[in-house]
Amino acid sequence: MSAALSPAASPLAWAPEVWWELFQHFLAWSLMSIGGAITLVSDMHRRLVAEAGLLTDENFTAAIALAQAAPGPNVLFVGLIGWYSAGLGGALTSLVGVMIPSSTLALTASRWVASRRDWLGVQAFQSGMTPVTIGLLLATGWLLAPSAQHPAALLLSAAVALLVWRTKVPLMALVALGAVLGALGWV
Amino acid sequence: MPDPALAVSEEVSTARPASLRELFIAFTVLALQGFGGVIAIAQRELCERRRWLTAKEFVELLGTAQVLPGPNVCNLSLMIGDRFFGWRGAAVALAGMMTAPLILMLLLAWVIALVPHDSTAHGLVRGALTGIAAVAAGQIVGTVLRLAAPLKQHPLSLGVSLSLAAAAFGMMAWLRWPLVWVLLGLGGATCLLTYAVLRRRAP
Repeated sequence: MSAALSPAASPLAWAPEVWWELFQHFLAWSLMSIGGAITLVSDMHRRLVAEAGLLTDENFTAAIALAQAAPGPNVLFVGLIGWYSAGLGGALTSLVGVMIPSSTLALTASRWVASRRDWLGVQAFQSGMTPVTIGLLLATGWLLAPSAQHPAALLLSAAVALLVWRTKVPLMALVALGAVLGALGWV
Repeated sequence: MPDPALAVSEEVSTARPASLRELFIAFTVLALQGFGGVIAIAQRELCERRRWLTAKEFVELLGTAQVLPGPNVCNLSLMIGDRFFGWRGAAVALAGMMTAPLILMLLLAWVIALVPHDSTAHGLVRGALTGIAAVAAGQIVGTVLRLAAPLKQHPLSLGVSLSLAAAAFGMMAWLRWPLVWVLLGLGGATCLLTYAVLRRRAP
């Protein structure tokens, strides 16, 4: 197999066995995905690329990079993994598999919490988690920020942080600015 | 704390979506603007532009969303949809969050596969993605600074809650502890501490 040309499945591939296999894998991963499906990437790589050989390493990496860059929730990388493995059917079965268990639990749990808003324990949980949530979100921003080896990009991140904090400048304008500066090779 | 942040914490959620259709459109519109993550644009659209939630409510829902398995923003969509229209709202909000971005992304994957790797277009796109990634990181940090405003009304004092936020940050960003430990350990301790304070305050 040539390494340069990674053979992804054709978009309209008919592969019910692979769809079923993907569905089962992602169904099992769903309830383990605290912090998002992205936390299970190494396990997914081991099972789907190394063991099952459903897609190439190159396509696996491309799926994550593309989903990070494209608009929308990052969990869509699961759909792309399915897409590269078994076309459109693979994309849909993978996403449905990963969403059903966690969504059912999230809805049940949040209703339980909402219906007991007057309980002291529930209030303590909601307020108590707030500082931790804020710290964790800050860590996400920090880990995604460019490294100090790219001072121009880091400066751009810092400027955007300041603008988002203190002004109401449209976020899409900032994204467009980033895209232009990046395409020109300035960051 | 500066004034704009103060203004955020005092906002009230006065509005609500008029229909499932409006809910779907709102989530589609915000998802399509969410490059490199949806949290920043969700906070901007839902709290500040549409005023369906206050910053405090947003952080509280996000707190619940993140201790549960599943993508945080998807859990958040389900909870917000459910709050306005029950399970149908939950399904519609989640569908709005995922459908259009999924179609767009599959189209993109299909187009990219057709473009040769060494072409100029490929280089330009790679550069643009680097720039977008830098902006996305900055957006998250800016959003955190806005969301920190409700900490002023936190049962634990502002100083204590900011220290706890800093501890969570340090555990994730520097010590690289697994998220589950941070949620169970620090999150559990913080909830217990808050419980003790609320208990003492309660008549």
